[in-house]
Amino acid sequence: MTEPTPLDVDRIRKDFPILSRTVRGGRPLVYLDSGATSQKPVQVLDAERHFYEHINAAVHRGAHQLAEEATDAYESARHTISAFVGGQPEDLVFTKNATESLNLVTYSFLNATLKAARGLELPEGGEHFVLEPGDEIVITEIEHHANLVPWQELCSKTGATLRWIPLTDDGRLNLSTLDTLINERTKCVSIVHQSNILGTINDVVLIGEHAARVKSLFVVDACQSIPHMPVDVGTLGADLVAWSGHKMLGPTGIGCLWGRSEVLAAMPPFISGGSMIRKVTMEGTTFADPPQRFEAGVPMTAQAVGLAAAADYLTDLGMANVAAHEHALTGYALDGLESIPGVRIIGPRNNVERGGAISFVVDGIHAHDVGQVLDDRGVAVRVGHHCAAPVCQRYGVTATVRASFGVYNGFDDVDSLVAAVKDAKQFFGVTD
Amino acid sequence: MRLDQMYQEVILDHYKNPHGKGLVEPFDSQVHHVNPTCGDEITLRVKLSGAAGSQVVESVSFDSQGCSISQASASVLHDQVEGVSLDQAFLTLDEFSSLMKSATAEVTLDEELLGDAIAFEGVAQYPARIKCALLAWMAFKDAAVQATSAAQPAGDE
Repeated sequence: MTEPTPLDVDRIRKDFPILSRTVRGGRPLVYLDSGATSQKPVQVLDAERHFYEHINAAVHRGAHQLAEEATDAYESARHTISAFVGGQPEDLVFTKNATESLNLVTYSFLNATLKAARGLELPEGGEHFVLEPGDEIVITEIEHHANLVPWQELCSKTGATLRWIPLTDDGRLNLSTLDTLINERTKCVSIVHQSNILGTINDVVLIGEHAARVKSLFVVDACQSIPHMPVDVGTLGADLVAWSGHKMLGPTGIGCLWGRSEVLAAMPPFISGGSMIRKVTMEGTTFADPPQRFEAGVPMTAQAVGLAAAADYLTDLGMANVAAHEHALTGYALDGLESIPGVRIIGPRNNVERGGAISFVVDGIHAHDVGQVLDDRGVAVRVGHHCAAPVCQRYGVTATVRASFGVYNGFDDVDSLVAAVKDAKQFFGVTD
Repeated sequence: MRLDQMYQEVILDHYKNPHGKGLVEPFDSQVHHVNPTCGDEITLRVKLSGAAGSQVVESVSFDSQGCSISQASASVLHDQVEGVSLDQAFLTLDEFSSLMKSATAEVTLDEELLGDAIAFEGVAQYPARIKCALLAWMAFKDAAVQATSAAQPAGDE
């Protein structure tokens, strides 16, 4: 392996106009909330603008020149984005966001189950998506609500049982009962690659092997990994991988679902309407092959073009370099935060198999109040339960402060964070 | 500095020494409210006394976890509505709701009704924190309405 090249953060920052604005009465913005959404470089904004100024038309319909060029731009984007994760374009479905990608999967289960109950025809292999009471779905205690609530809903509607891999005290998955948790009743295992709240990077490959052993479907929520480290969907061992565009420097309004060809082909449609059909009569409809089967209506074309530009931008930086940079920032921030008396990291303390999302609490000050002082100093972090309320419950906290990094963050940003946390303690009169 | 406007001394005092914290018996109604965006929670009890139409808020007590704003707000709520007529309590609630809109709308406020609650004027400047300040007040509204309807004789339309 070649040594990673350090990122030139000063140069990168020039590509992100928003980072030069000030907040709260003239404070320079220190943006440490990339886990919620990333900022966008001018290359992404220019790509979207160029599309609207020169190409815009509804894709996959119409025969005029703009329609051809727009369709070409959309499908080129699919090429670029699938290549970014080591996949093939025909295996990449565009959705509204990662939440929709995951709902697409759970609704494939539900729709297959409903159709089977009525004796309706399923796509070839669709029986794998038919659930019965007694079947089991396995997730983890560390999931974002987006990979928890849809499964709860699916189980409540089908009678399947939801089980989960528990957390250890230090913010890792407790894999000691994996052999019994994932068993012959397991129909689907769905886990997050990197936790949005704790930063933990899960052993996806190992869990995938367990899923494969019992012929369970294996779904990975890669929202927090694909923007921050090299990810090759082919080597994860996953059948389906969901992630969002807006966390990887791309626009809002677009998410992705990559799937193995035969898995996507076996899934009945989720949202139905135009563009996803093969033949429609008043009596009934047959459906297009993936990915079109899952892309009803005029899709988010400019967003796809913008997301492709984001993938190109990250490719130019080099994802191994991005990962190394954020790993160094994470280590520096863990040390800096832990040097402050009364600060407690919620999640892995050692900088091994963990990414750049750091949750912490400050003794004697509620997370919201810490966040308010940070905000006053120009430091933008997220406070609350981070759409992972069960994780907060697991560690006995109502809310945490979370700092999360992106390619444009430097060590100076971590210094600002640490200084602001000290200010918060002083402001609220918390003594050591 | 805006931060000092938000965290006025009176707010921090209520936060550190809250009034009305700790659930008391007896009570007519109990509600549990949460702020779904941050996970803050409050359980609040209300006891009314007196005849319908001239009821008095005999007691307001709560148990809660949350940020300084939500905790202090619950404490101020207790001070402003316990022992006053239900009508006055609802007027105070209206005033507090108006206060929370004061950053974006012209409002005239009855500072006498609001008492210490006027200190939350700075909070209104921060849209993300208005829900923190309103948590206890909305819980009180819910509990008071429930207590009122509980006081109606059964079958009385």
